[in-house]
Amino acid sequence: MAALTDLTLAELSQAMARKEASAVEVADAHLAKLDEHRALNAFITETPDRARDMARASDARRAQGEAGLLEGVPLAIKDLFCTEGVQTTAGSNILKGFVPPYESTVTANLWKAGAVMVGKSNLDEFAMGSSNMTSHFGGVENPWKRRGDNRKLVPGGSSGGSAAAVAAFMVPGSTGTDTGGSIRQPAAFCGIVGLKPTYGRCSRWGVVAFASSLDQPGPFARTVEDSAILLQAMSGHDPKDSTSAPMPVPDFAAATRNPDVRGLRVGIPGEYRVDGASPEIVTLWERGIEMLKAAGATAVEVSLPHTKYALPAYYIVAPAECSSNLARYDGVRYGLRVPGRDLTEMYENTRAAGFGKEVRRRVMIGTYVLSAGYYDAYYKKAQQIRALIARDFRQAFEKCDVLLTPTAPTAAFAAGERMDDPVTMYLNDMFTIPASMAGLPGISVPAGLDKDGLPLGLQLIGRAFDEETMLKAAAALEKAAAFKGRPAGY
Amino acid sequence: MSLDKDTVARIARLARLKVPEEELAPLAGELSGILAWIEQLNEVDTANVEPLASVSDVTLPMREDKVTDGGIAEKVLANAPGGAVHIDPTDRNAGGFFTVPKVVE
Repeated sequence: MAALTDLTLAELSQAMARKEASAVEVADAHLAKLDEHRALNAFITETPDRARDMARASDARRAQGEAGLLEGVPLAIKDLFCTEGVQTTAGSNILKGFVPPYESTVTANLWKAGAVMVGKSNLDEFAMGSSNMTSHFGGVENPWKRRGDNRKLVPGGSSGGSAAAVAAFMVPGSTGTDTGGSIRQPAAFCGIVGLKPTYGRCSRWGVVAFASSLDQPGPFARTVEDSAILLQAMSGHDPKDSTSAPMPVPDFAAATRNPDVRGLRVGIPGEYRVDGASPEIVTLWERGIEMLKAAGATAVEVSLPHTKYALPAYYIVAPAECSSNLARYDGVRYGLRVPGRDLTEMYENTRAAGFGKEVRRRVMIGTYVLSAGYYDAYYKKAQQIRALIARDFRQAFEKCDVLLTPTAPTAAFAAGERMDDPVTMYLNDMFTIPASMAGLPGISVPAGLDKDGLPLGLQLIGRAFDEETMLKAAAALEKAAAFKGRPAGY
Repeated sequence: MSLDKDTVARIARLARLKVPEEELAPLAGELSGILAWIEQLNEVDTANVEPLASVSDVTLPMREDKVTDGGIAEKVLANAPGGAVHIDPTDRNAGGFFTVPKVVE
C-alpha cells in the first residue's frame, strides 16, 4: 500500500474502513509530516496530543460500528475558526493567547463527522492578504519552487497554511475561509483543489469575522471528490448564523463520481480576458475550454460587463465591514491590552500594537468610507455596483450552467515580490472577487504547470446553491486535465 | 480624492489607532493611492440602482423570545486581559466584571 500520507481523503477513509490502518496510525503518519516540514510554517499551533486523543476516540467509535463521514480523517483548521480550548489567533498579535471558550459550528460539524484536528494553520492577519505574508506569526512557504530557482514562493492567501499543508501531504484536507479569493487563490498557487461554497452554505458562527457579507468557510483537498466530502460535512443550516441558509445538504460527493458533462453549457466570460494575466494562464484557460468540450459540454460566450469594477467595489465593502467588525478589539474583554494614560489611549495603543500594517490600512480605509459625508459616495456606490455585478451573473446564468475562468492572473510569486504597492497585491484576486461579491460558489482545480514548473488553476463558478453542477464540471475538468504534479521533495 | 496628514490623523482617531506623527504622511500617500484607484467606480452610472447589502435572499429568521444560554460568566471572563472580578468567588458563574483603567476622576 502507498504511504498513508499519499492517500486521498476518500482512499484514507476506505483504508480505515477495511481496517488496513487505524485512526491513530493515520494521525501519527500525518503528525510525522508536520514534524518533517515544520520549516514551511504552515501551522501557528500544532495539536498532536489532541489529535491522538481524537484518533483514539475515533478508533473506539469504529470498533463500536459507528463511523462518520470523516471518521479518523486528520485535518488542518485555519486559525480563524474558534476551537474550544485551543488558541485561536486569526494570525494577529491582538489575539495571541486567546483561547476560545466555544467551538465554531463548522469545526463542530467536522468533529461530529469523526475528523481529527492536527493543528491550527497559518493565515494572513484576519484573513486580509493574498500571500500569507501579513501573518503576525510569519509567512508560509509554498512547497512548490520554480524549476532551477531556490527562492521561496508564497502559498497565496489568506488561507496559505491550510493550502500548503495539503500540498505538502501533511493532511489530506483542511478548512479555509474565502472573502475575496482566500480559498481559491492559494489552492491555485499550491496545485490543489479549493472550494468556496455559496454564501450561507456553511455557518460563519465562531469564525473570526472579516467582512461579514462576504466571508464563507470552505474546504481544501487534493481531489474534487475529497473537497465535496469535506463540504458535505461542513455544511448545514445553523440558527446561530442569521445568514445561514435553511437548505438541505445534498450528497455533494455523488455529483463528482459520475462527471458526465454532456450537454452542459459552460459560460466563458469575455471580460476575464484582461491585460495583466499571464499568457500561460490564458492558454491554459483555452485548453480547459477544449477539455470540457471534448467531454461533451458546450462552450457559450457570455458577458459580465461590470467585472472590472468588482475589485475596487470590494475594496470599499470589505474594509468598511472589517473596520466595523474589528472595532471589538479594544483590549477590554479578550486579546492584547496595552496601557495608556486614559481609556481612549488604551484603545489606541492596544490597536496600534495589536494590528499589523495591512489590517491598520484596511481599518482606516473602512473608517474613512463610512465616515460622515462620504457614505453615499463610497459605501452606497459600492453596494450599487455590487447589485450590478450580481445582475450580470444572473443574466449570464440564463445562457449557461457554469462559468469557466482562470483562478489567479499568475502562478505563485516569491516572498517580497509585489509587496511595494497594496493595489498590485489586490489584483491577485481579480478573477475570484466578482463571484464573492455575488455570493456564488467557486472552485479552483489544478489544471497544469507553467514553464517554471509551477501549478496553475482554473476556476468554475456555479449558480447560487448549485454546487453540485459546479462539482460535476470540476470533476470532469480534473479528469481531463489529469494533473499529477507534485512539489519536489514532498 | 487625496488625503492630507490632518485627515489621516482624524481617521486614525476615529478608528482608535495610534499613528505616530512621522507615519502620517506616508500613510496619507498610500491611502490616497487606494482611493484614487477606487475612483474608477464613478464611471458607472448607478442612478436608480438599488444597493445590494446582502446576497442572501433569506429574510431574517424569527425565533421564540426565550433565554437560550447564560450562566457561563466564568467562560465569558476567561480571556479578560486586565483580569476579571467575580462577584462570588465560590460560584464563578454567578457573574463578574471586566476591569478597565479608571474612567471617572
